[in-house]
Order: sequence, then C-alpha cells, then structure tokens
Amino acid sequence: MDFPQFFFDLIGNRLFMAIIASIHVFINHPLAVGAYPLIVLIEWWGRRTGKVEWDRLAYRITFVLFIITTTVGALTGVGIWFTTALIAPFGIGSLLRVFFWAWFTEWLVFISEVILIMIYFLTWKRWSEGLMKKVHIGFGIFLAAFSWLTMAIIVGILGFMMDSGTWPVTRTFISGFFNPLYLPQLAFRTTYAMMTAGLCAWFMIFFFTEKGSPFRRQAVRLVAAWSFGWAVPFIPSALWYWYRVPDSMLANINVGLMTQRFMHWHHTLAVIMLATVGVISLITLIGIIRPRYITGLVLLVPFVLGIWLLGHFERVREFIRKPYVIADYMYSNGVKIEEMPVFQRDGILPYATWVKNHRVTSVNQLDAGCDVFLVTCSRCHTTSGLNSLTAKFKNLYGPEPWDKEVLNAFLRTMHVTRTYMPPFPGNDAEVEALVTYIKYLQNNREPIFDAQARWQPKPAQPVDSMSSP
Amino acid sequence: MLLTFNQIVFVLLTTIPIPRDIDLPLPFSSWGLKFFLVVLFLLHILFVNLMVGGSLLAVFFEILGLNQKKYDQLGKKITETVTVNKSLAVVLGVGPLLCINLVYTIHFYSANTLTGYAWISIIPLVIIAFLLAYLHKYTWLNWQEKNKKFHIFIGSMAAFLFLCIPLIFLTNINLMLFPDKWPEVSGFFSSLRVGNVFPRYFHFLTASLALTGLFLAGWFGRKKYPLETALPEFSHAELKKIFYKLTFYATVAQFAFGPLLLFTLPYSGISITLIIIILVGAALALLVLWYLHREIKKGNDQPGYSYAVIIFIFTLVVIAMGTGRHIYREVSLAPHRALIASESERFHAILLATRMRLAAGQGAGEALGTAITGEKIFVNCAACHAVDKILAGPSLVEIYSLYKDNPEGIVKWAKAPGKKRPQFAPMPSFAQLGDEKLQLVADYILETVRQNTTSGKAAESPQK
Repeated sequence: MDFPQFFFDLIGNRLFMAIIASIHVFINHPLAVGAYPLIVLIEWWGRRTGKVEWDRLAYRITFVLFIITTTVGALTGVGIWFTTALIAPFGIGSLLRVFFWAWFTEWLVFISEVILIMIYFLTWKRWSEGLMKKVHIGFGIFLAAFSWLTMAIIVGILGFMMDSGTWPVTRTFISGFFNPLYLPQLAFRTTYAMMTAGLCAWFMIFFFTEKGSPFRRQAVRLVAAWSFGWAVPFIPSALWYWYRVPDSMLANINVGLMTQRFMHWHHTLAVIMLATVGVISLITLIGIIRPRYITGLVLLVPFVLGIWLLGHFERVREFIRKPYVIADYMYSNGVKIEEMPVFQRDGILPYATWVKNHRVTSVNQLDAGCDVFLVTCSRCHTTSGLNSLTAKFKNLYGPEPWDKEVLNAFLRTMHVTRTYMPPFPGNDAEVEALVTYIKYLQNNREPIFDAQARWQPKPAQPVDSMSSP
Repeated sequence: MLLTFNQIVFVLLTTIPIPRDIDLPLPFSSWGLKFFLVVLFLLHILFVNLMVGGSLLAVFFEILGLNQKKYDQLGKKITETVTVNKSLAVVLGVGPLLCINLVYTIHFYSANTLTGYAWISIIPLVIIAFLLAYLHKYTWLNWQEKNKKFHIFIGSMAAFLFLCIPLIFLTNINLMLFPDKWPEVSGFFSSLRVGNVFPRYFHFLTASLALTGLFLAGWFGRKKYPLETALPEFSHAELKKIFYKLTFYATVAQFAFGPLLLFTLPYSGISITLIIIILVGAALALLVLWYLHREIKKGNDQPGYSYAVIIFIFTLVVIAMGTGRHIYREVSLAPHRALIASESERFHAILLATRMRLAAGQGAGEALGTAITGEKIFVNCAACHAVDKILAGPSLVEIYSLYKDNPEGIVKWAKAPGKKRPQFAPMPSFAQLGDEKLQLVADYILETVRQNTTSGKAAESPQK
C-alpha cells in the first residue's frame, strides 16, 4: 500500500517468484555448494595418484560449473533481490533492516566466492606443477568453504521467515538469525547439496570420459561413493528437519491442530524424502559395485527425484510461513499485525497511498473493490489466472451466481477456517466492495494489467477526521 | 513536524504520492550507509564501465582485424578482460543495492515497481549478455576462418545488451528522484521522459570509454605483460598510446556531455555545493587531459610514474562526480522525505491511540462479562452452512437430521472432518476452536433448526 503495486495477473506473483528462486536453488545446491568440494577432491586425488585423467576431468567439470554459476547461478541470486523488490518491497525492506549485517557479510563472502572461482578456474593450466598445484588445491578448498558459507548465512534468514523465535519480543539480530529452524535446515541443505553434486558430476562423466574405459569406471565409482557417503547423513538431517517443522508451524499459527493441507504436504515431503534417498542409495551402491550398469537414462531417475524433493521442500517451507511474510509481525500482504485494528475500523483504503479510491462510496463500489483486491489479495492471488479468486470460489460454491452474504461471511472468517490466510484487513464497506468486485469477476474475465498506474491523490484532509477521538 | 517554505511550495505545486516509511530502525547510522553507498557504488560502476567499454572495444578491434590481423588479436585479449570484469561488476553491485534499498527504501522500490517489467528483465538480459560474452571469448580461435562474421555478430549482440542494461538502471535511479512524476509514469518507456535520462546516459557511456582506455593502457602497457607471446606485433608504447588517446578524446567529449547533463538537470536538486564540486571535478579533469596529452606526445616505452599520477587524479575526478551525484539526490529528495517522515509519524500516533483505546475497551468488555455464545462462533461456519440452503456444505436442516440426538457428533466431525460428498470441497478442521466452543456451536445449530419450527418439523417428520 506504500509502494506502487506491481502485479503479474494471470501467472501470479507467486509463480513468478518461485521460478527465479527455484532455478537459483537448483543451481546453487548441487552445482556450487556440493560440487566444489567434490571437484577439489578429484583434483587432489589426481595429484596423489599422478594420473592426468583425474585432473582433466576435474578441469572439464569446473568449466561447466564456471559458466553456469557465473551466469545463471549468480544472476538468479541477484534476481531474487529484484523480484522481491517488485512483489513484496514491504517484506524485503523490513527484512533488510533486521538482517543487513548478515546480508552484508554474505555479500563479502559472495565476492570472495566469485573471485575464488575465477582464480581457481583461470589459473588451472598455469599452476599445474609442484608447489603451485598445491596452492591451486588450497584455493579450491577456500572456494568450497566460501560457497558453503553464503548458503549458511542465507538459511538463517529463510528460517527466520518461517519461525521468528523470540525476535518479535527481543528484536535483536542474533535472536532472529539463530531461529529454531536454523540448524536443521542447514543440515538438510548441506547434505542434500553434497549428495546431488555427485549425481551431477556423474552425468558429466558420461560426456567427459571415454565409453567403456577403465577410467570411466573409476570415476563413476568415486562420485557414486561420494553421493552414497552423503546419503547416509542426509537421512538423520532430513528427519531432524521434518520433525522440527510442525513445532514451528504450531508456534506460527497458534492452532490446536495443523491444517489438513499442511499435514498432507508434510506427509508427501516425508514420502519423497524417503523415495529419493532410497533410490539414490540404491543407484550409488550399484555404481560402486558395478559402474557399467548405470546408464545416463537410469541416472535420470534419482536426478528428477532430487529436483522434486527440493521443489517440494521449498514449497512446504513457503507454506509454513503463511499467513506471514515475517512470522508474528507482518502478513503476506504487507499488513502488520499491529495495524490490523486500525484498518478494520477505518478501512485500509484511507491509509493506502497507491490506490485510486481512498474511500468506498455508494457509486465507486466496483472500482474501490478492485483497489481493495490489489492492496489486500494481489500479493498471492490473481483475478482469474493461477491461484485466482474466481477459481477458489468456484471450487467452493460452484458455478451459480455466488451469494453476496455468503462471500461476505467467508471473507470475514477465512483466517479462522483457513489458518494460512491472514484476516481481512479492512472495514465493512471494504468487504462489501470486494464482494462486489469478486461477483463482477465471476461474470467478467478482466485481468488487471495497469496495477502500477492506479493512483489518485488523496483528498486534502485524508483520515484525520475519522481517527481523531 | 513543520514544513519549510520550499516543502509547502513543493506540495502545492504538485500532487505527489506520500507513502509511509518502513517502521523499523536502520541497522546503522544513515550517514554511514550513505558513505558506503557512494564508495561501493563507484567501485561497482568502475567495473561496469570496464565491462561496457571492453565489450565495445573488443568488437571494434575485431572488425579492424578483418584487414589487419594484429587488431584481431588485440580484440581477443580485450575480451579476456571483459569476462572477468563483468563478474566483478555483478558481485560488486549487490553491496550498493543493499545500501540504496535501506537509505532510499521508498524511492528506490517505487521506481523499481513503476518500471517493473523492464526492471525484472535486467536479470534475463544480463544472463544472455554474459553467455554471449563467454561464447564470444571461447569461440574466438575456432570460428576464426569460416564463422568470422557470425562471431562478430555474437560479440556485437553482447555489446548491445551491455549497452541496454545500464539504461534500465539509470532510468530507475533517475525516476526515484522525482516522486512528483510518479503518477504520470506507466512503465519503462514513459520513465525515459522524466528528468534527463539521455544526457546522463551519454555521460556514462563516454566515461566507460575513458575508463576502459585508462585501464587497458595500464593493462597492456605494464612491463610484465607478456607481449611477445600474446600480442607480438605490438609494443608496450604503441598500445599505451592507442588507449591513452582513447581516454583523451573521451574526456574531451565529456566537456560537452558534462555541461549538457548539468544544464538539463531539473532544478529540484541543484545547490551551490553541487556546482562547486562539479567545477572542481572538471578542473581536475583538465589536469588529466594535460597529463594525457604529455604522455601521448612523449610516446616512450618507460612505465613512468605518470600513469599512477593520472590514475590518482582521475580517481579524484570520479569521486567528485560521484559525490556531486549524491548531493543532488539528497537535496532533490529532502522535501519529499520530510513529508514521508511526517506522514509516518502521524500514522504511528494513530496506531498508538488505537492500541490504547482497544486495551481500555477490552478491560471494559471483561468487566461486563460479554459472553461467548454459539451464535457468535457460528459466524465462522456461515460461509458454508445456512439453515435450509446448500452452500459449500450441507444445510443446518440436514445436519439436524443427522445429529439431532448427538451434538457431540458435530463436535467430533468439526475437529476432524472427513469427505463424504464428491460435489463439495472438503471441510477444514476447526479443532483450533476447542471442544467448549464447538459444543456451543453444536447446540446452537440444533436449537436454530428446532426453533425454525416448520422446517424443523419437516426435517423430523420423515424419521418419525
């Protein structure tokens, strides 16, 4: 409400954010955090055994990593800043004030990481003998450490969004950063990254080694052993995280029982976790014993499972934080808990800067309803696209014209019946305006493309008259 | 908060959006953050300049190389610096981005959202530009013979994207300065008309060429650079001269673009301090020109200390321009920021007053003993259940017929609902309300149907 509304109708802001963030995580975990230590291990092994094939393989894999991580990887990371700036400036702006030093430190680590990857890759050929080779491996170890550190810092902030722990009371950086979900999530992500890095390296071995050669068998054995070795600690880490999540869920929404949807998702997460780790263990074991049995096509199975697992993991993580963007402080639509009574009494429109109508009147109901929709619903819902209001209500009330009173009752109580929804942050007139707009949408598919341009100056004396005692 | 005369004029002359700022303290003093912002931004823009200038020069020399092979080699060597500088440009950009988001939260985010599609397209554009730059670098030798034209095309596309991306950034940085224009703006292209985007852009491009010239003069001119193997047809002195000349002419051109920028700046941020700083910067730039001229004329091979002197003075010029830019922004935004502060304060007072009134009201409510009734709790059910109408769930009459002697059954079901009817969405659990309240609701449901005699009898009669 304090920022112009950037609104991707039809595909929705959520999917848009999810695409960029998912690409970033799918690259970051296996191809940076997990891959660098593995590469350095291969390089070190090559030096120890004196076989140049190992070194060449490590170099070729690093070339692929170098290209991907310094383009798509790095830029989608920056892209998360850009996207949140558009979708939830109130949220990211608030988080930045709490976590500036964490992000600042992460930035320094990120600079080091990029400089290290450039040194590591670009000096490979030059520093190939004697002492310089040792120095080169040393840089590789630093690179692996720094790339893990960037993740370790970000996870603190992600955990905070799900469970702010004691922060709403203490408001200190430390209490926010070391939130209850910090360590379990870090353990989950670390072991996941290491485990899947082995699979990615395995794929590249098919391209970078000769078919049927003894070296390919040895290389496959090594990366399979790596993945298997990390699958073992992955199991307790995943379980630790899995058991901790419901606690946070309870802390967040203060309900006696979790919603069915969450329970359902949480179960699915356990099933995918077990399936993934089972398949990976099996395939890596076969890879260790009979390297030739695993073809690229077979390897696709754990690979796809791994992506599915991470995708579902992030989805559940996003679900847990609902209805908040910052637990116990700010709802997903940017309304703060402490503002709720004011908005429910006076309405949200008089306090919103970027709207066309600053008050609901008898003549502007539909247009004001659109304003209410943009300010209170549009961060998560579209008009008639993905996760749209129209689809939700059709699912609930069927295709016949929806009853005004019923929609009204729904909007007033949705936070009780669906605990992932925030309470409606407006007054009676605004609920009615929104109902009018929703009923209009039922018959008129009319996406909003000019959300940013909806602005009218506030009347000279905006809300003083109604707020004075 | 009292408004100054200027601020009042500002408000009267324009209808501007006055949002509230984020209600959390800054993590660090705002002066410290502004200092970080200016320094870190200059560091970032230095590598952006080298990236943009480098990619343009690489293609330029590659085209020259069609006739004279040695320029082709020079182009290739420049490309190798671009792919490193571009990575540094990106990572060094994050720090100033954090700082500007903190210090100018409202202004920067508003500019971002107002130019939303262009703003977010920066990400794919940079990815594509980087991939093209790598392609350009790593295919240089392989595509030397048959794909040369295509290779030049790849390099040109990368350079073109490197030219577009700064324009989007610049438009944002410019738009944030003029909140009075925000209501008129719809998207990126209309934002190009605000303030003086294009003079600023040309100033930036020329600076890119000047800085890249200076960098490459040092890069290739240094004694340690292995010319014999990398660029055997050039001498250190020759290369130095080429790039010093580039810096010289680009800096001369700045004496046209600089004043153009200054005279087209909207009045809102002009101050005496700004003029003085810019003039100092310009005077130092003249000194740089004099040194460059001397070096170009001398044309010797000695890696003299003059390079260090030129770099030093040039750094001062850049700091002067960066500071001027910041001062303009501060002055320009001051009135709007004061308005935002007073609007935020006013809202804060409303919040406090409401909280106190609520606390008082709650006390009174408890004293009177406002009872929780089944009717009140039933509000939570009314979105799906009506007395004799099917909404998203069965009617109360139907529920009555099932549970009329068994209110506990309703409680049990509400705590852990199943899914019986394919035509309805599943009912969510209401366990969070607790047994006591659910019991009240169950009694209310049965009582309501009973009182509604006609329908109540209708529901009972078939079972009698």
